[in-house]
Amino acid sequence: MTSDKLNSRIPEGPLADKWSKHKNSVRLVNPANKRQIDVIVVGTGLAGASAAATLAEMGYKVKAFCFQDSPRRAHSIAAQGGINAAKNYQNDGDSVYRLFYDTIKGGDYRSREANVYRLAEVSASIIDQCVAQGVPFAREYGGLLDNRSFGGVQVSRTFYAKGQTGQQLLLGAYSAMSRQIGKGNIKLYNRHEMLDVVLVDGKCRGIIARNNVTGEIERHSAHAVALCTGGYGNVFFLSTNAMGSNVTAAWKAHKKGAFMANPCFTQIHPTCIPVSGHYQSKLTLMSESLRNDGRIWVPAKLEDAEAIRQGKKKPTEIAEADRDYYLERRYPSFGNLVPRDVASRAAKERCDAGFGVNATGEAVYLDFASAIERYGEIEANMKGMKNATKEQVIELGTKVVEKKYGNLFQMYEKITADNPYKTPMKIYPAVHYTMGGIWVDYNLMTTVPGLYACGEANFSDHGANRLGASALMQGLADGYFVLPYTIGEYLADDIRTGKISENHPAFETAEKEVNETIQKLLSINGSQTVDSFHRRLGKIMWDECGMARTEEGLKKAIAQISALREEFWRDVKVTGAANELNTELEKALRVADFLELGELMCLDALTRNESCGGHFREEYQTPDGEALRDDNDFAFVSAWEYTGEPSKAVLHKEDLKFENIKLVQRSYK
Amino acid sequence: MKLTLKIWRQNNTQTKGELKTYQVDNITDDMSFLEMIDVLNEGLVQKNEGPVAFDHDCREGICGMCSMVINGKPHGPSDAVTTCQLHMREFKDGDTIFIEPFRANAFPVLKDLVVDRGAFDRIQQAGGFVSVNTSGNTIDANAIPVPKENADMAFDAATCIGCGACVAACKNSSAMLFVSAKVSQFALLPQGAPERKERVLKMVEQMDKEGFGACTNTGACAAECPKEISLENIARLNREYLSASFSSK
Repeated sequence: MTSDKLNSRIPEGPLADKWSKHKNSVRLVNPANKRQIDVIVVGTGLAGASAAATLAEMGYKVKAFCFQDSPRRAHSIAAQGGINAAKNYQNDGDSVYRLFYDTIKGGDYRSREANVYRLAEVSASIIDQCVAQGVPFAREYGGLLDNRSFGGVQVSRTFYAKGQTGQQLLLGAYSAMSRQIGKGNIKLYNRHEMLDVVLVDGKCRGIIARNNVTGEIERHSAHAVALCTGGYGNVFFLSTNAMGSNVTAAWKAHKKGAFMANPCFTQIHPTCIPVSGHYQSKLTLMSESLRNDGRIWVPAKLEDAEAIRQGKKKPTEIAEADRDYYLERRYPSFGNLVPRDVASRAAKERCDAGFGVNATGEAVYLDFASAIERYGEIEANMKGMKNATKEQVIELGTKVVEKKYGNLFQMYEKITADNPYKTPMKIYPAVHYTMGGIWVDYNLMTTVPGLYACGEANFSDHGANRLGASALMQGLADGYFVLPYTIGEYLADDIRTGKISENHPAFETAEKEVNETIQKLLSINGSQTVDSFHRRLGKIMWDECGMARTEEGLKKAIAQISALREEFWRDVKVTGAANELNTELEKALRVADFLELGELMCLDALTRNESCGGHFREEYQTPDGEALRDDNDFAFVSAWEYTGEPSKAVLHKEDLKFENIKLVQRSYK
Repeated sequence: MKLTLKIWRQNNTQTKGELKTYQVDNITDDMSFLEMIDVLNEGLVQKNEGPVAFDHDCREGICGMCSMVINGKPHGPSDAVTTCQLHMREFKDGDTIFIEPFRANAFPVLKDLVVDRGAFDRIQQAGGFVSVNTSGNTIDANAIPVPKENADMAFDAATCIGCGACVAACKNSSAMLFVSAKVSQFALLPQGAPERKERVLKMVEQMDKEGFGACTNTGACAAECPKEISLENIARLNREYLSASFSSK
């Protein structure tokens, strides 16, 4: 039964009518009153920038915060492949329902029907809005928008701008935001890090932030606060996230009463450049769009894999018959385009069985040879070259592939010094996205009144596994089309409140606590660097709470993380002072929070005695190694309440009701 | 490999800076340049010295945050990469490497290699947008076909990451390549047409106000641009600006 502390506020009525009915009944705030209301938006990625811009357009007074030097640097910028929308421009049978269905199924039936349906419903408006803003999406020769396919679906609904879709969408939102900054409707606080939320009489009324240039601790009040602070993949140390991506804002909110939902649901992306050494600071993604044309394989014979690892054989020397295209073999109907969790686990399974193809044994091939040949033949036909030689075909095909994926191939070559046109790419799964996040209701409000969470920072739409090209969709849906409507429901009560005083004792206490934490970190003067702790935490998380998890391993991890945290607060070395630009201090504040979050993630994974999506408990699998869900006991959202120690968090359950979709074993065979 | 680093150290905007010499050891080919600085910094922290402050975030060449002048070149010796994508295989054992911040009057140094590029944000705020509110009722995305050629050119201009290497490379510290990329993107698309004149005038006005220098068409900006933004954009900016100046009210 759903905990009485969780009210999801899902509107009554048929699924397809819920959002429009809800919009019609949400309370409004009149324009004159909006000018008296302050809203703080933390984070300026797709969710934050779009929310800040739209709220300001509507008339609210917005304060926007980012830790980067400019809002345009937020890590949404790095999203490569595309954004989904149910436009059905390709006439391939797509619809709002199909996008909804694919997302629920892709998420392995662990997301809310009503939220996901709304996401699918507003997806088409996102494309309209972005085009109107001047986002240069890829187009066909007739001048209309082009689409491609992504994993876990059988239609082409992904809009893209080469391999830089996230960049173009973010710059669109950033320009909308810039326009409002110019008008004075948004005040921008760059190089600022949120270090606490402030509650007055049980309502969120502001934040404490550190100016990272001067070190000054600042109080900022508002009538409502929206956290658009992204995911927490950096708890694993190595991930595809930016170096600065962190959980601090979300974790501070959690400690002040916002429940964390499904924290163990982590997405491990199948196609990343493998780890090369100890000093490595981050992992680089190779877009999922490459799976449209690349074929994934390992040698079928152990001796070939062994020879490749020792450098005695090259991949191009392995005969076609001696290759195992394991995704095509195991999942004939979706082939290389199975969802990310399935593709990642299949790669791990082959590598664990000894078929890995780099020195560490943790890599598989992503091969474009057959795509190059296929495109080359089409080009040759179009050019009327009847007896084209193989070399000519390959040359023509290489040009086509270069046009489609040139920037990704170049990036790969820069990092690895291998030419992917000539030899297959080596890839391996890496931490990429976190489906879990702050629990929110249908209005995107957390369990703290007046505190909202949007985009990757919340948990709501992707269940246990996110489909490719859906993160951009959700970030912009939340920021452009959902929060600006739903926030009125809450703010309508605040039209007579007046400015929130920053002299309230609650601000004083919160500021004092932040200062004390900073002083503590600077005074430990231990012997180990912040990075060394972060690296150790990441190793524990990857080994025990990564692609495969066991009861025993998770229990061990909880104890290890708890001990590591104790060691951190005893022996960390943070140089410099509080009142200056101090990058070590910034890192230390973030790692301190990761050290708490990691423990909660393990606890969540330990409690969920089933496998679903990205959460794979080895004890729960089908005979052929697929995730085995337990819908009777685990069709719920786990929402954790902080009680003073991460491992003592209290579990609240929100039952997931499926009224429109029948729960079945997810199959991509 | 073993390297000698000469790095610009400066406490804050008010104080003077200087080049300081450091030695790093055990650097391998497949490290990125920033990972090499990470190794240096971890060593400095262990010796209780302040680490070198530098801007960086995505480390995959797209956020535009990293900003170092390496041996006199913004983003270092390789073409078409940001500092974070530069790898140590471009250097050899025993090399001495000079590392400085992006220098320009409009980019004051905040600390060591960190500069303030807020001027770029303010240029964008002056006019780098299409004035369209979020409504959910804009016309269908396919209602106005855009010739593929124009869409592709607009995209190429829009890939500018706003890092400021163009400014750092220019002897006049001109921001023309950055401004022209944004102006071109919108000038090439039908959605940008209604505000075309006003946009270019306002962005150029703000650029001048920020203290960037004039463009003398030497092309150093495009040569160092990690995203290979073309000089043609500057030509287009000049055309747009002239036409707007003559015909604006």
